[in-house]
Amino acid sequence: MSTATHAQTSAPRRRRVNLTVIAPLVALLVLIGIGMALNPNFLSYANITNVLARSAFIGIIAIGMTFVITAGGLDLSVGSMAAFVAGLMILVMNLLTDSMGPGLPVIALGIAVALLAGLAAGFINGILITRAGIEAFILTLGTMGIYRSLVTWLADGGTLSLGYEMREMYRPVYYGGILGIAWPIIVFALLAILGEIAMRHTAFGRHCAAIGSNEKVARYSSVAVLRVRLATYVLLGVLVGIAVVMYVPRLGSASATTGLLWELEAIAAVIIGGTLLKGGFGRVWGTVVGVLILSLIGNLLNLTDFVSPYLNGAIQGVVIILAVVLQRNTGAAR
Amino acid sequence: MKATLVATTALLGLTAVPALSQTVGISIPAATHGWAGALNFHAERTVARLAEANPDMEFVLTTTSDPGQQVSDLEDMVATRGIDALVVLPFESEPLTGPIARIADSGVWVTVVDRGLAQEGIEDLYVAGDNDSFGRTAGQYFAQTLDEGAQVVVMRGIASTVDNERVAGFEAALEGSGVEVAAMDHGNWNRDTAFNLMQDWLSRFPEIDAVWAADDDMAVGALAAIDQAGRTGEMFVVGGAGMKEMVDRIRNSDPTVPVNVTYPPSMISTAIEMTVLGLTAGAPMSGDFIIASELITPDNAENFYFEDSPY
Repeated sequence: MSTATHAQTSAPRRRRVNLTVIAPLVALLVLIGIGMALNPNFLSYANITNVLARSAFIGIIAIGMTFVITAGGLDLSVGSMAAFVAGLMILVMNLLTDSMGPGLPVIALGIAVALLAGLAAGFINGILITRAGIEAFILTLGTMGIYRSLVTWLADGGTLSLGYEMREMYRPVYYGGILGIAWPIIVFALLAILGEIAMRHTAFGRHCAAIGSNEKVARYSSVAVLRVRLATYVLLGVLVGIAVVMYVPRLGSASATTGLLWELEAIAAVIIGGTLLKGGFGRVWGTVVGVLILSLIGNLLNLTDFVSPYLNGAIQGVVIILAVVLQRNTGAAR
Repeated sequence: MKATLVATTALLGLTAVPALSQTVGISIPAATHGWAGALNFHAERTVARLAEANPDMEFVLTTTSDPGQQVSDLEDMVATRGIDALVVLPFESEPLTGPIARIADSGVWVTVVDRGLAQEGIEDLYVAGDNDSFGRTAGQYFAQTLDEGAQVVVMRGIASTVDNERVAGFEAALEGSGVEVAAMDHGNWNRDTAFNLMQDWLSRFPEIDAVWAADDDMAVGALAAIDQAGRTGEMFVVGGAGMKEMVDRIRNSDPTVPVNVTYPPSMISTAIEMTVLGLTAGAPMSGDFIIASELITPDNAENFYFEDSPY
């Protein structure tokens, strides 16, 4: 549907649409320019790697969130879900190490647990939203609290830590890489490309946009509305699992503060990237740009004393609001 | 010694007032980070032990994650459980002062733990760590160990009075030593935030001699970032609160983690024990009980290592 609109827009309208397309990119370039001016180390290999690798968790989740929001849904539970899945994964890996001894099979099983737990959690969200007909906002608000409590309970109020030997063995999954590019960056890039292709060139992506745009029309056009919507939540759950697989080797621990506010950062990244919050139009590459903008703001504030760190949230807030103001034009044109 | 004290007071309680059951309410923050987790661990353990030692005494333990909910919990305790004594670690000082003052006025014994109330003279007993000493002890170590002109970065906690007092103590101890604070920012007592912050500081400063992470959770994040950047050995990291893993590294004489500063979460046990003693023993228990922060060094680390604690 979105392709049709783009093809038919007249010249002046296209110029306006283009503005919203390039706005996030311009913002990103401006931030990079500021970074170069502030600190000569900004473009250093280490700094770029750090920023990209730490963006990967929220980035991978935000890719899934793009589909959910495009299909007119929302998921507030992803941050808590990530913490719970991470806690579960560490717990299982520690138990397996006791019985099997440290080794690659334990890592493989741990990864399988993370992916399956993510899938199951996404399925529970999706099935309750589509079959029990609970508003997504309310349901995921509920599961957000449930997962957060579960991880606190699993950790006994403290921190779940991966055993020392396993931590050393599993560590390269975050810190290692090929050709000097860290694994989280590679995985994030691959998933972003796959997500962009799925959104633009597959029936699934078009169905998401159709449902988000007008559910009734989509149903009359024989789109399996419930099934597609369920699939978006399951996809998001699996992506949370993948993010956790990358996250656990970083500090080898999970606690009740893991993944705090990730859901809001992911949603913010999606919106900054040009996806409509009310659904109907989604852009995965825009989401990637949004994620980078958000983590660059944090990075820049740490690299300088120029702005008080108390204002980090305020600057992110301004960027989010600006992004939505620009979107308003797109909304009217559609 | 503590155990015998409890046992004797329990006996006294049994013989003196056999029919009268008393209820102690305990309200503490939820276990949302390491230190609070240990606080919960010690509270639960103490309650279990005291409940066994005092069969005629009831305990109500609630945990909350925000000040509003804590006020509701306190109201419920007074209304439905008729508590005789309250042990409370206020989530925030200002909003809890009024509600706790009303409870104290109604004749309930009140013990305030760690975070003081905004108004003086409300509580019967005050048990707390010493935040000034917490920062000052670390600062003194920095001033003594580091040379003039050494570069230090400081990771603060969540913006709060606790954090301000600690940092003020730290800065006061550094005064005149010639040690320079290159950067200071909030790591929010969180591992992930501390990891990111340390990564950025490592790219920003070619030379860092020491890190003060005002909590061991943050020290974990800082250490991971230093390790990743391959700059282990250039600087030492001093955390705080005595996390098990950190104490373990100190007793093994790790040069990166030379010392630590205590801020014992087990102070909740001290508070509950003293409150129960006040109810049962008839001994004077009111006043202030301030637990000083101690420097954990390889020589005394063994005394601060608790195998069973989650923290």
